Amino acid sequence: MMETKLSNGSKTVVIGNNRPTVMIGERINPTGKKKLAAALREGRMDMVRQEALAQVAFGAGILDVNVVTEGVDEIDILPRAIKAILEVADIPLCIDINNPKALARALAVYPGKALVNSVSGEKKSLEEILPLVRDYKAAVIGLTLDDNGIPKTAEKRLEIARTIVGQAESLGIPREDIIIDPLALALGSDHMAAGITLQAIRMIHDELGLNQTLGASNISFGLPDRMAVNKAFLPLAICAGVTCPTVDPAKVGSTVFATDLILGRDRFSMNYIKDYRRREKNKPQM
Amino acid sequence: MPDTLKDAVIHMREEEAMEIAVKLLDKGTDPLKILNVCTEAMEEVGKKFEAGIYFLPELMMAGEMLKQISEKVKPMIKNPQDRKKSGKVLIGTVLGDIHDIGKDIVGFLLDVNGFEVRDIGIDVAPSAFVEEIRVFKPDVVGLSGLLTLAYDSMKDTVQAITDAGLRKDVKIIIGGGQMTDKIKAYAGADACAKDAMDGINIIKEWIGKV
Repeated sequence: MMETKLSNGSKTVVIGNNRPTVMIGERINPTGKKKLAAALREGRMDMVRQEALAQVAFGAGILDVNVVTEGVDEIDILPRAIKAILEVADIPLCIDINNPKALARALAVYPGKALVNSVSGEKKSLEEILPLVRDYKAAVIGLTLDDNGIPKTAEKRLEIARTIVGQAESLGIPREDIIIDPLALALGSDHMAAGITLQAIRMIHDELGLNQTLGASNISFGLPDRMAVNKAFLPLAICAGVTCPTVDPAKVGSTVFATDLILGRDRFSMNYIKDYRRREKNKPQM
Repeated sequence: MPDTLKDAVIHMREEEAMEIAVKLLDKGTDPLKILNVCTEAMEEVGKKFEAGIYFLPELMMAGEMLKQISEKVKPMIKNPQDRKKSGKVLIGTVLGDIHDIGKDIVGFLLDVNGFEVRDIGIDVAPSAFVEEIRVFKPDVVGLSGLLTLAYDSMKDTVQAITDAGLRKDVKIIIGGGQMTDKIKAYAGADACAKDAMDGINIIKEWIGKV
């Protein structure tokens, strides 16, 4: 099993199997957040800073940064958001982009080894994203979809993961710098969706030994009591081989810490207890 | 420096505690002083646990740190008379009770304070205590228990020691979360320790008079 090391120039985070799970905080993303979207449109970074601090307080190990929304110039705003976050949070970032041009700008201002979100198995994506990842010595999330869309089978998703790894290695990107996202689709529209994802996680883990992430809240889309489904899915995904899920730490952090404890990745329960105390302290504001 | 060691142990900073302990030893700090600081830290952790601020894993973690540090420190104790045993103490958790954290802490503290300690474990039958008294010939017998059922086991154990004709040879002290002077009288023991440190002090006083 490989280890992926990310940094912000001062702090390094190591992702790997049998290590504590690293949560990628998903909240700095204006999709569905009107206030954050408005702030970004006005070029204000106060909301971004707030979301960054809150997620770090709840145990995020990495923060995803996405500024894509109507009326926001990604090329201009993304580098500013990155700087704003790094002013308040000593934590590596996951640069989440639509426009490859914004990625180049963002990587240029980022001081350490970033995680790029993301490349896919699509020809255009491989060609545009991977050279930037190599040039800036970053790591990258590989989505298991290609020009034919998201495969319905675990085998096909593994195949795309192989393709991404092959392309990256041919450019000189080390294999351990690729983190695969085997994609979780909504159970609401296909009750077998999570099963396929779990199977893909296991296959990718066994054959490629790569770290894996997952937007773990997608699966409950359209269902009532989404949190119940998300909290049941996360431990299964972590057990199957997801090492750095993309989540809201305030909502599912305790599940992640409990899962690590159950899996023997938390010596003397120290992380679990630390998280418990953090939650107790933050209770009145919640 | 010793204060930072204490602080590291109390706040569960394992690596830091080990590093400081090794550094202190390298600088020629008195090994007994290092152990004293650790036992003070352990006492503090025990207090936090009793107050419900710390949880069981933290008590265990502190114990683990203590164990690791004492393994490093003990071989460095140069002057052999520092380690001359000042008296023998037999300890065990009484029949029907399996709690060992308090007993282990007391055993460790006694050891650190220069006593020769024999720990015969948990769920120990009165006859086993008697047998061990004959072999080990302790000055003091420490009966540990946390559950209320331990009251009767303690009484039975003291009775068995008396029946064996050994009562005059040993002082008997009881200890455990729910133990009081009333239980001491009920069991027929000589003392009841409020906490680990209290127990050590009582035993020190006794052995001084032996």
